[in-house]
Amino acid sequence: MSEVIKLRKGLNIKLKGSAEKALDKLPVPATVALKPTDFTGLTPKLSVKVDAEVKAGEALFYDKYHPEILFTAPLGGKVVSINRGERRKILEVVISTDEKIGSAEFKKADPTGLSAEVVKEQILKSGLWPFIKKRPYGIIANPEEKPKAIYISTFDSAPLAPDYSFVLDGQMDTFQTGINALAQLTEGKVNLGVSNGSAFSSVKNVEVNAFEGPHPAGNVGIQIANTSPLNKGEVVWTINVQDVLFIGRLFETGKVDFTKTVALTGSEVKTPKYYQTTLGAPVATLVEGKLIDADYNQRIISGNVLTGSKVSAKGFLGYYDAHMSVIPEGDEYEFLGWADPGFNKFSATKAYFGKLFPKKEYTMNANIHGGERAFVLSNQYEKLVPMDIFPVFLLKAILVNDIDKMENLGIYEVIEEDFALCEYACTSKIEVQKILREGINTMIKELG
Amino acid sequence: MKFIKNFFERTEPLVQKGGKYHWLQSVHDGFFTFLYTPKTTSKTGTHIHDYIDLKRTMSIVVLSVVPALLFGMYNVGVQHFKAIGELAATGFFEIFLFGLIKVLPIVIVSYGVGLGIEFVFAQIRGHEIQEGFLVSGILIPLIMPVNTPLWMIAVATAFAVVIGKEVFGGTGMNIWNPALVARAFLFFAYPAQMSGESVWVALKDTDKVVDSFSGATPMADAAVGQLNYSVADAFFGFIPGSIGETSTLAILIGAVLLIVTGIGSWKIMISTIAGGAVMGLILNAFSGSAGLSPEVATYFSMPFWHHLILGGFMFGAIFMATDPVSASRTERGKWIYGFLIGILAIIFRVINPAFPEGMMLAILLMNTFAPLIDHYVVESHVKKRIKRAKVSA
Repeated sequence: MSEVIKLRKGLNIKLKGSAEKALDKLPVPATVALKPTDFTGLTPKLSVKVDAEVKAGEALFYDKYHPEILFTAPLGGKVVSINRGERRKILEVVISTDEKIGSAEFKKADPTGLSAEVVKEQILKSGLWPFIKKRPYGIIANPEEKPKAIYISTFDSAPLAPDYSFVLDGQMDTFQTGINALAQLTEGKVNLGVSNGSAFSSVKNVEVNAFEGPHPAGNVGIQIANTSPLNKGEVVWTINVQDVLFIGRLFETGKVDFTKTVALTGSEVKTPKYYQTTLGAPVATLVEGKLIDADYNQRIISGNVLTGSKVSAKGFLGYYDAHMSVIPEGDEYEFLGWADPGFNKFSATKAYFGKLFPKKEYTMNANIHGGERAFVLSNQYEKLVPMDIFPVFLLKAILVNDIDKMENLGIYEVIEEDFALCEYACTSKIEVQKILREGINTMIKELG
Repeated sequence: MKFIKNFFERTEPLVQKGGKYHWLQSVHDGFFTFLYTPKTTSKTGTHIHDYIDLKRTMSIVVLSVVPALLFGMYNVGVQHFKAIGELAATGFFEIFLFGLIKVLPIVIVSYGVGLGIEFVFAQIRGHEIQEGFLVSGILIPLIMPVNTPLWMIAVATAFAVVIGKEVFGGTGMNIWNPALVARAFLFFAYPAQMSGESVWVALKDTDKVVDSFSGATPMADAAVGQLNYSVADAFFGFIPGSIGETSTLAILIGAVLLIVTGIGSWKIMISTIAGGAVMGLILNAFSGSAGLSPEVATYFSMPFWHHLILGGFMFGAIFMATDPVSASRTERGKWIYGFLIGILAIIFRVINPAFPEGMMLAILLMNTFAPLIDHYVVESHVKKRIKRAKVSA
């Protein structure tokens, strides 16, 4: 292993409610759902109708522009509803599960002995392809592209994030099989970003890079930027840790198995810990009876508090998420909030006395604590992005729609999660992630 | 406290569009958000947000100028009683009270006029009231001579808010420091009233000035080759000058607060001071040159650290140059920006005696060039990125 890459920029936000290392297995949920809205920029085309029976691993919908990319049912059952939103946009495809229907059969084989084409086809057919994303842009990978490498971050540094060493305990062989399959897909290497001394350091057939530092050190984008930064015209693929397991299981058993472990965390959770459930599980199975009783509103987030999406208690877990956070909504007025000395307020700045207690954990709500302003302060963002990039100048280039500048200032290297801390810390309350995604969308539209 | 919230919530419909008092919406909203942090929660992006907001940031800056303000009030009294020869016979409280009475109206006029215009602009534009003027409103009085007529303060403040800020789009959009725009406006529009020996000390026509008292600022003295004040007086601030800028000590207390909270850029402060010191040393080196008149030669040979404690240099370096909106935005740019301010301030002040207070002009000039500095810093970053792409291709 090469030496540890030390990142200095960034910030660890100390929230209350991190998960204790205990795992509970939840029963098979009565319904599961896939949400096309989880996939940025996807135009879904349905392949099933309401009342159709589907096996696990059979397609529910596909990508209009890449019909080979299938999105398959996490569990066997019957399609009970297809929920649509404005302009008939598909929001959810809901399946009522039935264990008797079972799973579609795929080829069981050691991926190291298979050709790249066979591996790719099997992943596409089983509906595991959407787990592979590409940089630039952070969208589902194009199967026709040749990535220069595949990057996987084996640790998550976001607030309250799950510990993947714990989650994958006992499943490292399956993980290795998944890695072997992925290794067939690139002419370059599979790169594993590990935190110092983790169990992942011993994975074979990969290039291991160790990182140390505050969040966002665990973001795969940061790890790419600090090992082999992405230039114009280059493509790399990324995939989440648990999603590698899905690929591993597919080749080991010839069946899809979307069982995943989700960390339920946050100050509103009675006993934050890990739960084993499945892809597309309903939020209710995870949170029901597990939140503290409160006379105020609570916000349930699929994902972490920086990049996750707000879900209702009747909603479903996000496709890529292995984490749920529950925090107070905070939709209340605060008297003279700006003048509070702030012993109970965590801040990236040194403007509150909370700074004097570095070990303290905080309850934070979803209030934005102020009004939106123009960019006033400088160097706030720069301190939080451990990449060779000028975030504010990039965002301004996006705001004026200057494609050349966006390209020159590094839009290929970043996606929302890499700038999420900037949005958190912004004095001017600017919607950084939204602006960045608009810029990425412009790039996709203009340059393809 | 609940009744205040209830009052604002109850009156909200009246000031909404179509309401009876809709023209008061910005005022209503301004006071409401001042008293109560809004209940807005995040819709997109991150779910949690830092507690810091612009109100907090600006109030810390205001807090940091309080030592300079309080000392300024005291010094106004000191200079007055010194001029009429009664300093030794007057008590601390009386001295301070005199200054308070002199300075407070200036502060009130500055805030009143400035905020009034801000409210009107916010209403016209449909903006929230923004906090930028909280700081400008206190900085403007502090850089004025105490004898500036109140109407002039009002005109200058109006000019600063309208031309210095609102025409560019409001808080965060201006290219020059609004407070300095106010000062420069008065300096050029009313030169007779804004310089000379009578404006720096608060005196009435009926006051009898003692013989030895000149009333000139140390800067004006220095320009004619004299230094009439001790270093200690200059450092602690017992000298004539604009209200808030005389005491280096009080300013440094503010600087500590700005640096500790991270609100003010220490890079700009250090580089400005370094620039001033370097230019002072350069002048020292040339003080023996042939062809300099004796007064100029004396000014040239003034030790460099005297430059730092006299006039508006420190006040400018700590509170004006560091204005995040009009300063350089890149970290490397900040070093260049500050350093050039320091150099230019000393050049203006020594080599062009028409502008004894060079700091103000130096900062305004560098405000103008700050975007250019940033442009080149960003360009060099882009060049590096392009080179990286070629190496790896």
